Amino acid sequence: MSSSPMPAVAISGVRKSYGPLQALRGIDFSIRQGEFFGLLGPNGAGKSTLISIIAGLVGADAGTVAVMGHDTVSDFRAARRKLGVVPQELVFDPFFKVRDMLRIQAGYYGCGKESWPWIDEMLERLDLADKAGSPMRALSGGMKRRVLVAQALVHKPPVVILDEPTAGVDVELRRTLWSFMTDLHRKGTTVVLTTHYLEEAQELCERIAILDHGQVQVIETTQQLLARHPFRFLRLKLAAGAVLPESLRALVSGEPNGSVELKLETARHPIASVLETLRLAGVAIEDVHTRDPDLEDIFVELTGGDDA
Amino acid sequence: MSPDQIGFQTLLKKEVMRFWSVLGQTVTAPVITALLYLLVFAQAMQGRASVYPGVSYTEFLLPGLIMMTVIQNAFANTSSSLIQSKVMGNLVFLQMAPLGPWEWFGAYVTAALVRTTLVAAAMLLVTIPFVQLPIREPLALLAMFLLSSASLAVLGLIAGIVSQKFDHIAAFTNFFITPLSFLSGVFYSVHALPAFWYQASHLNPFFYMIDGFRYGFFGQADVPLLQSLLWSLGFFLVASAVCLWMLMTGYKLKK
Ligand SMILES: Nc1ncnc2c1ncn2[C@@H]1O[C@H](COP(=O)(O)OP(=O)(O)OP(=O)(O)O)[C@@H](O)[C@H]1O
Ligand SMILES: [Mg+2]
Repeated sequence: MSSSPMPAVAISGVRKSYGPLQALRGIDFSIRQGEFFGLLGPNGAGKSTLISIIAGLVGADAGTVAVMGHDTVSDFRAARRKLGVVPQELVFDPFFKVRDMLRIQAGYYGCGKESWPWIDEMLERLDLADKAGSPMRALSGGMKRRVLVAQALVHKPPVVILDEPTAGVDVELRRTLWSFMTDLHRKGTTVVLTTHYLEEAQELCERIAILDHGQVQVIETTQQLLARHPFRFLRLKLAAGAVLPESLRALVSGEPNGSVELKLETARHPIASVLETLRLAGVAIEDVHTRDPDLEDIFVELTGGDDA
Repeated sequence: MSPDQIGFQTLLKKEVMRFWSVLGQTVTAPVITALLYLLVFAQAMQGRASVYPGVSYTEFLLPGLIMMTVIQNAFANTSSSLIQSKVMGNLVFLQMAPLGPWEWFGAYVTAALVRTTLVAAAMLLVTIPFVQLPIREPLALLAMFLLSSASLAVLGLIAGIVSQKFDHIAAFTNFFITPLSFLSGVFYSVHALPAFWYQASHLNPFFYMIDGFRYGFFGQADVPLLQSLLWSLGFFLVASAVCLWMLMTGYKLKK
C-alpha cells in the first residue's frame, strides 16, 4: 500500500444515518489521481450524501475522507482547495451577475485577479460569454447548470466531482459538457461523475462504483464490468403469425417494439444453434439483430432491477 | 495577502455588495421611518419638561431612534443574508469554500457594521435641520455604537443559523428584537416609568445600548456609562461565544 501513489479521494469506513434511515452503511474505496470515475446507483442510493460528505457539507457519523491526502475535517482548508463540486440541485445566488459570481467564488478560494482570464476562458468554453453580465435569476436552467460547472472550477482544483451535471439538459449542452469534462480529464484532472445515463458512464468513465442502499455493490473498471456477464442478446423479428418454439421461450428477456429479445449465455447457447433450432422449427424470421450487454443490463442485474 | 485573507475579504465584499445593491431598502427606508418617528413624536411631546437639563425632547429622542434603527438593521443584515442563502440553497458555495468559523463570523459582522454606520450617519445628516446634537463623549459614543451593532449582528447570525425559513426570522424579529428595542427607553427616560417597568427595563440589554449611546452625545444618561458598557460587552461576548460554537461545530448548518 505504501508504494501506491496518494489517491485523489480516499474514503474509509464512512457511515451516515438520517434518523432510522441508513443512507451510507460503511463506504470504503479510493479514487486514483487522473481517473475518470463513475459513481452510479439508483435514486436514494446515497451518491449525493457521499459527495456532500466529501465536500464538507454533511458530517459523517463515522469514517474519514481525504482529498489529495488532506483530511476533509481536520485539514479542511487544504482539502477544499483541491476539490471542486457541482451540486445536483440547481442552486444560485439571484443577486449577482454571472461573471461577478464566479469572481466571488474564486475569491473564497484565495484566488484574486490572476484567476480572471481563466474565468473568461470558461465562460467562452461553456457558451456563457454573452451572459457574463446577466444576473443569475435571468438565466435558463441549462445556463445555470453551466454556471454551476464553471463555479466548481474557478480555483482549478485537481479533483472535480459532478453530481448529475447532465440531468435535464438538452443534447447539445450534454455534448458541450462531455467535451469539457473529457478535456479536463486529458489535462490531468481527476473527474468523478454521477449520472443516470448509463451510456454516458460507459462512454466516459474508466472505472465505476455502483452504490445501492448505501453500500458499494461493485467497483471495477468499465471493461471488467462489461465483461462480467458472458451474455449476448439476440433480437428476432418474426414474420406475421410465426411462433417461437417452446424450447426457446425460457430465454426471452424482453419484447421491444414488436420483436423478441433472447438473452443467450455464450457458452450454453451459441447463436448458431439458436438459429438452427428456429430453422428446424420452420419459424419464418424477418430480421435478426445481435447486441452485446451494455452497462444498463449489468446495472439492472446488480441493483435488482431498480431504475437507474 | 494570504489566500485566507483574500477569502475573508471576498466574503466581506460580497456581504457589503448584497445590501449595497438594494440601498433603498437597507438604508433609505429605515432612515425615513426613523425620521417620521422623530417628526411625529417631537410634535406630540412638544412642551413637555426636558428629560435632562438643557436637553430638549427632540434632542433626547434622536440618539435613541438612531440606536433603535441600528439594532434592528444590524440584526436584519446578517439574519436575512443567511436565511436567503439557505432558502435559495446557495449557501453551499460558501460552505464548500475553504473558509473557517472566524472568517464567517468576521465577514458577516463587519458587513453589518458597514450598514449600520451608513444608517447612523445618514440619520444624523438628514436630521441636522431639526436637531443639532452635541457629541460630548466621542469615545463612549463609538464604543457603544460598535458594541451594539456587533452584538445584534451576531444575534442575527445566530438567528440565521437556527432558522430554516423566513418565518422563523420574522418570529425572532417580531417577538424579540422589535418589542425589546421599543421597550428600552427610546421615547422616554426610564425614570418616568412605574416601578415594575423601571426594574424590567434594567434587564433589557437594549436599554443599556441606548442609554450608553445617549451618554456619548450628552455626557449624561439614566445609568452610569460603565454599567452600559459592561452590559453591552457582556451581551456581545456571550452572543459571540454561542455563535462561534455553532459555526465551529456546524450546528444546524452541517446536516
Ligand atoms: N437531509 C436529509 N434528511 C433526511 N434524509 C436524507 C437527507 N438527505 C438524504 N436523505 C436520504 O438519504 C438517502 C440517500 O439520498 P441521496 O440524496 O444521497 O441519494 P442519491 O443516490 O443521490 O439519489 P438520486 O439519484 O436521487 O440523487 C435517501 O433515502 C434520502 O431520502
Ligand atoms: Mg443525488
